[in-house]
Amino acid sequence: MLSDITIGQYYKGDSLVHRLDARIKIILTILFIVIIFLCKNFFSLGLMILLTVLSVLLSKVPFKMFFKSIKPLLPIILFTVILNMFYIGGGTVLLSFWKIEITTKGVFTAIFMAVRIICLIMCSSLLTYTTVPTALTDAIERLLSPLNVVHVPVHSLAMMMTLALRFIPTLIEEIERIMNAQKARGADFESGKFMARVKAMIPILIPLFVSAFRRAYELSFAMTCRCYHGGEGRTRMKQMKLHVSDFVSLGVFAAVLAGVILLNSCFARLI
Amino acid sequence: MNSVVLETKNLGYLYSKGTSSQVAAINDINLKIEKGELVGIIGHTGSGKSTLIEHFNAILKPTSGSVFLDGNDIWADKKNVRSVRFKVGVCFQYPEYQLFEDTVEKDIGYGPKNMGLSEDEIKKRVRESLSFVGLSEKYLEKSPFDLSGGEKRRVAIAGVMAMRPEVLVLDEPCAGLDPIGRNTVLDLIVKYREKTGSTVIVVSHSMEDISKIATKILVMNESRLAYYDTVSNVFSHAGELFSMGLDVPQITRLFLKLKDAGYDVRTDIYTFEEAEKELLKLLKRRGNNAQ
Repeated sequence: MLSDITIGQYYKGDSLVHRLDARIKIILTILFIVIIFLCKNFFSLGLMILLTVLSVLLSKVPFKMFFKSIKPLLPIILFTVILNMFYIGGGTVLLSFWKIEITTKGVFTAIFMAVRIICLIMCSSLLTYTTVPTALTDAIERLLSPLNVVHVPVHSLAMMMTLALRFIPTLIEEIERIMNAQKARGADFESGKFMARVKAMIPILIPLFVSAFRRAYELSFAMTCRCYHGGEGRTRMKQMKLHVSDFVSLGVFAAVLAGVILLNSCFARLI
Repeated sequence: MNSVVLETKNLGYLYSKGTSSQVAAINDINLKIEKGELVGIIGHTGSGKSTLIEHFNAILKPTSGSVFLDGNDIWADKKNVRSVRFKVGVCFQYPEYQLFEDTVEKDIGYGPKNMGLSEDEIKKRVRESLSFVGLSEKYLEKSPFDLSGGEKRRVAIAGVMAMRPEVLVLDEPCAGLDPIGRNTVLDLIVKYREKTGSTVIVVSHSMEDISKIATKILVMNESRLAYYDTVSNVFSHAGELFSMGLDVPQITRLFLKLKDAGYDVRTDIYTFEEAEKELLKLLKRRGNNAQ
C-alpha cells in the first residue's frame, strides 16, 4: 500500500535520456512546461505529443511506469474534463438537457486540457524516472548557485532535499514496522469514525517522530565525523560536464518551440 | 501428548506477488506447535523467520496454505483477525521503538484497552505484567522515554504480555542488549512460561540463548522448515546446521571436537550438567582401560 508511492522514483536504465546532464534535463522540463502552455491549437499540441512520445521511447522506460504516475491524478484530470465540457460554450450544440449544453468547443477544450495535463505528468515523471535523486538535487544546487550572491543558502537547501529524498523509503519502512507492532497490540486503523481514526494514528506518529529525530541526530553525528562543514570549499567527486547530446537536445527543444509558435500562427486558435 | 495450539499447513508467502520481482519468503511450511512448549526459532538472516511469525498473528495473509489457532483457520472470518492478535501476542524486533504513551502504565495498558477490558482489569494486568518483566511499581508513573534501553525493552515486552496471549511470540528479544540485559530477558521469558503455562515462541540468532531456554527448536533455512524437533535432536545434526551457516552451542562444539579426536562421546549435549556427566563417564572409561 505505502510502497506504491512513486514520488522521486528512479527507473534504472542506460538510455540517451538517462545519460543527459541532469541540469539540462531540468531546464528542458521547465522549457517543456512553458511550451505546452503556449500551444493554442491541436496542431501545436500534436507536436508536443510527438515530442513526449519520442522522449519516452528514447528513455526506454516502459509506458506502464507512466500509467502508474498518471493513475493517482486521474480524478483531477476527470474533474477538469467535466468542468470544461459543461462550462465552455461555442460551436455547434451536441447535447442539451435541463440548463446544460455540451458543445463541440467544450468537448475539444476538455480533450485539449486532458492531453496537456497528461503530457505534463509524463514529462515530469520522465525527469525523475531517468535521473537519480542525488544528481537531481546536485543539478538544482548548480542551477540555483547564482542565488548565493544574495545570501540564499543554496547548498544547505540542496543537501536538505537530498536527505529528505533519501529518507522517504526509510520512513515508509519505519511506518510499516510501527503499524505492525501496534496492530499486534490490537490497534485498529481501518474502522471507526473520522475522529477515532485520527486518534488511532497517535500510536504511530509519536514513535515515528521519536525515531525520525533519533535518525537525524545519528546522521548529523556521522556527517560531522566525516568532516562535513557545509558547502564552502567542498569539492565534488562527480563533475558535471555537458556533452554533444545535451546541446543537441537543447537544439531540438528550441526547434519545437519555433514549430509551436509557427503552428499557432498558421492555424485557428482553440483556446 | 499435549494439544496443538498453533498449526500451519503448506504455508507459503510470496513478496511482490505477480510482479517480476516475486520472491518466496516462506515456502510450504507444515508444523504443529503444542501447548506449553518453549519453541526457539533459528535461522540465517533472510531465512524467513520474521515472515513466519508475522503469519502467526495475522499481520500477513498467507499467499498459499493456512494457519490454524486452536484448530480454527485464522483467516476463515476476517472479523476475527483482531481477536487472533489478542490470542497470539507478537513482540517484534526492537519493540522499544513502538512505545508512545507518556507513562509506562498507559503504554502497557494499550493492548488490554484495545481488548475493551474494564479499568480495574487493565490496572491488574499492567501490574501483573510489570512484575513478569521484573520491574517494580515505581515505574508505573515514569515516562517510557526516560528509561534505559534494557528497561524500555522490558516495558515493551510487558505491553504484549498484558494481553495474556495464549501464545507469546518474541522476535529477537535480546538483540542489542548487553550480557546482563540478555540474561535478564531470557530469565523473564522462562519465568513467564512457568507462571502462566502459556506457549512461548522465541526467534533468535543465538544458539547459546536458545539452547538455554527452549524445549524445542525450529530451524528455518532458505524459506523452508529444515528441522522442528527437540533441542538435542536438532543439535545432533551439527554438520547440516554448519552448512546452513548456523552454529551449535560451544558445549556441543566441544563434544564434536572430542568425537573428531577419536573419543567415543555423544554429540547431542548442550547443557553443563549433561556435559559434566558425559565427561566423567569418558574419564572413568579411560581410567578403566588404563588399569
